[in-house]
Amino acid sequence: MSVTPLEGMTVLDLTEYVAGPYCTKLLAAFGAEVIKIERPKVGDPMRHIGPFAYDSPNIEGSLAFLDLNVNKKSITLNLNTKTGKSIFYELLKGAHLVVDSHKPGFLEARGLSYDELSYAKPSIVLTTITNFGYTGPYRDIRASEIVLYAMGHEMYGTGKAYDTPLSMAPRLNLYFAGLTAAVGTCAALYGALEDGVGDWLDISIMECFMASIDRRADSLVAYAYCGEKMQRERMEDENQFPPPYTRCADGYVHISLGTRESWRRLAKALGDEFPFSSEETLPPTSEEAQKRFLGFWANWCSQRTKRSIVALLQASGIPCAPVNSVADLVADEHLKERGYFVRLDHRYVGSQLYTGLPIQFEKTPGKLVRGAPCLGEHNSEVYGELGFSDADLNRLVSLGII
Amino acid sequence: MNAERKLPLEGVRVVDLGVVLAGPYGSMILGGLGAEVIRVESIKYFPAMTRGPMARPPEELIRKIPPISGGYPNRKPGQRPWNRFPWFNATARNKLGMTVDLRQDSGKAIFKKLVALSDVLITNQTPGTLDKLDLGYEALKHINPRLIFLEASSFGARGPYSSYRAMGLQMEAFAGHDLLRHYPHRDVTTNTWAVTADAAGALSIALASILALHARAKTGEGQYIDVSMVENFVGLIGHIVLDYTINGRVQGTLGNRDYYAIQGCYRCKGDDRWIVMTVCSDTEFEKLCELMGRTDLVNDSRFKTAVKRYEHHNELDEIIEKWSSTKERDELVDLLWSSGLMAGPVLDDADAMANVHLRARGFFWKIYQEDTGEHFYPGSPFNFLKAKVGCRLPPVRLGEHNEQIYKHLLGYSEEQYKEFITQGHIGEEFEDSIP
Repeated sequence: MSVTPLEGMTVLDLTEYVAGPYCTKLLAAFGAEVIKIERPKVGDPMRHIGPFAYDSPNIEGSLAFLDLNVNKKSITLNLNTKTGKSIFYELLKGAHLVVDSHKPGFLEARGLSYDELSYAKPSIVLTTITNFGYTGPYRDIRASEIVLYAMGHEMYGTGKAYDTPLSMAPRLNLYFAGLTAAVGTCAALYGALEDGVGDWLDISIMECFMASIDRRADSLVAYAYCGEKMQRERMEDENQFPPPYTRCADGYVHISLGTRESWRRLAKALGDEFPFSSEETLPPTSEEAQKRFLGFWANWCSQRTKRSIVALLQASGIPCAPVNSVADLVADEHLKERGYFVRLDHRYVGSQLYTGLPIQFEKTPGKLVRGAPCLGEHNSEVYGELGFSDADLNRLVSLGII
Repeated sequence: MNAERKLPLEGVRVVDLGVVLAGPYGSMILGGLGAEVIRVESIKYFPAMTRGPMARPPEELIRKIPPISGGYPNRKPGQRPWNRFPWFNATARNKLGMTVDLRQDSGKAIFKKLVALSDVLITNQTPGTLDKLDLGYEALKHINPRLIFLEASSFGARGPYSSYRAMGLQMEAFAGHDLLRHYPHRDVTTNTWAVTADAAGALSIALASILALHARAKTGEGQYIDVSMVENFVGLIGHIVLDYTINGRVQGTLGNRDYYAIQGCYRCKGDDRWIVMTVCSDTEFEKLCELMGRTDLVNDSRFKTAVKRYEHHNELDEIIEKWSSTKERDELVDLLWSSGLMAGPVLDDADAMANVHLRARGFFWKIYQEDTGEHFYPGSPFNFLKAKVGCRLPPVRLGEHNEQIYKHLLGYSEEQYKEFITQGHIGEEFEDSIP
């Protein structure tokens, strides 16, 4: 029986929306017991934001919520009450980590600041995930994903110079921030387990983007070095040869044919069909030769599917990929063989296919075992372990505490 | 009461065999968190796009390349261009550097000695590259059973595509992101480059390493880890996958829009200045109308409810941009912020570097490196209250710490060290034959 990397770790999860929950999803996937603490009746606001399963608004049907909270347990607790606070401190006794993503000051206002938590439990690690961090002039500014992306990331340099700066897949970058937070959190936890001294990790989503080597951090270094900033693509830079995308029978393929070596490989892959003789220069440089290739290539690709093109070219070692839709991914044979997508049960949406683990450990694999929790689904279990009887729980419900 | 504490990964030694972006950056994250990272390179082999497009790129060439990879200090390659490549140097601090030729038996022996003393090994070459050198996990685990051997690749180390070659752009295409991020009014072929898969891959490399340290603390054993950067990347659009698996819907791009709110990127006065804004509730919409001096819109039947506003998104965009394009960006942002609206400037690199908030938080670090001089670098996303994250070592130069590592860590004598120089293991410059 294998252990999971974070087995034995208990996380009190106060996160909401996207970034924080993705951080704790990763912890839950790799073995931590994540207890999601939600507001009674309302829960994580993400529960109320669609798109929804069956396109029908339901507190248990938000797709993002369903994705972001797998493997977690949910309890409800009103932290605005004295009793609620003291129950939190009871839970803290068995916890190793608290993760919060409310706006700065939320914890302090409820007597749950880092100083207070670490006074109660010196080894506790606190991670706060906020838009701009707990310090600095923007601390209290409200922001949506695109605002954080525009301010933190390389949005300015994304897209065309003659069009607007451009965003990325919805919520992608908030997930990315959650992934960043998980790295620092697991490190802090590792340190705390070694020497018993906890710490507070103040994650600013804006800084997760600023430090991202998806162009921003690299281009900041380049700017510091040469004084030139990253720009969106200009019209005159568009017509690179050969173009990276080519239309084929069922969509597009993305191919890198940069080096002479890759052209040699292409010649081999295409055999007699290759439109150049062995005497001609490769990659083609003359306008005539490039035009000849583009004509041939458009026709050749249009008669084939993206999968068959990629299979053929990859067999010759040419870097390329199909431009996949989400449907292509779910049907993909490679991901299937690796068992990437996993089927999980959920009270409301039933058995469905979810994205799987991002990391495969040989000896201590993570495990996705259950779908996202319904609101307060684990109240009796978690509070029961604290010694609350059913009668106690009923009383707390009537007081609006759970 | 908040005394300093040591960095959380102090005492962990990492061997960094990373190439291009994901491996080197993943290792740098571990270094930033306190690990001792030893970057292992060879003076006889130049992996493309790691320490530059070429070892010795001509000045005319780098001037033609956009700054992100052509932006050497003052756009000059300098004496040792490989130590001045911005893209690499963004992934190279908090590391020690050594050189060794792993193709020679003597190099393999040196490397094995290092592995015996290390906790984590990170590689992101095509799976099996180290096996071909007889330095794969099967060979190394006997030398060090506590070794965590992390192999990151585009598609993972097993499965039909494990030998496929793909760069960041192809991972974007494969993982479904290309079709989720193009301009709604232009097709996917107009996408400009992004390497989010590499950036997210680097984070997962770091995460996997730390998780394996947690596991090792329990089991006492090291292990092999397979990170598929494509799978990692698909996980970041998990909600979009569920829309397909549950609802059967294949989402397309939203461009700069949201699913429900009014959202966009709007031109401001001046040269290529922009803001973004998200307007969700009726109250927010009313506030915006007030600021625009268009309270007439509040009762306009087209904009009465969030659903109505979304139906008439294009018309609202026009109204907003007509207003925003007459305003200075930063003044407009202040105005929107003072009304509590969710808006922000689109910051270019110059704006970001000068940003008052980031400066106040000490995000940028001034670092001196011998071959590039003193510059500000983006710092760390990890701000601890007690552990002091910072730059302990500037962007590592090729072979910079050879003497320290060979003699003090690995315990080789002066004579042996000289012998290794003769054998071509040790140096601070790529061999002259490498262009």
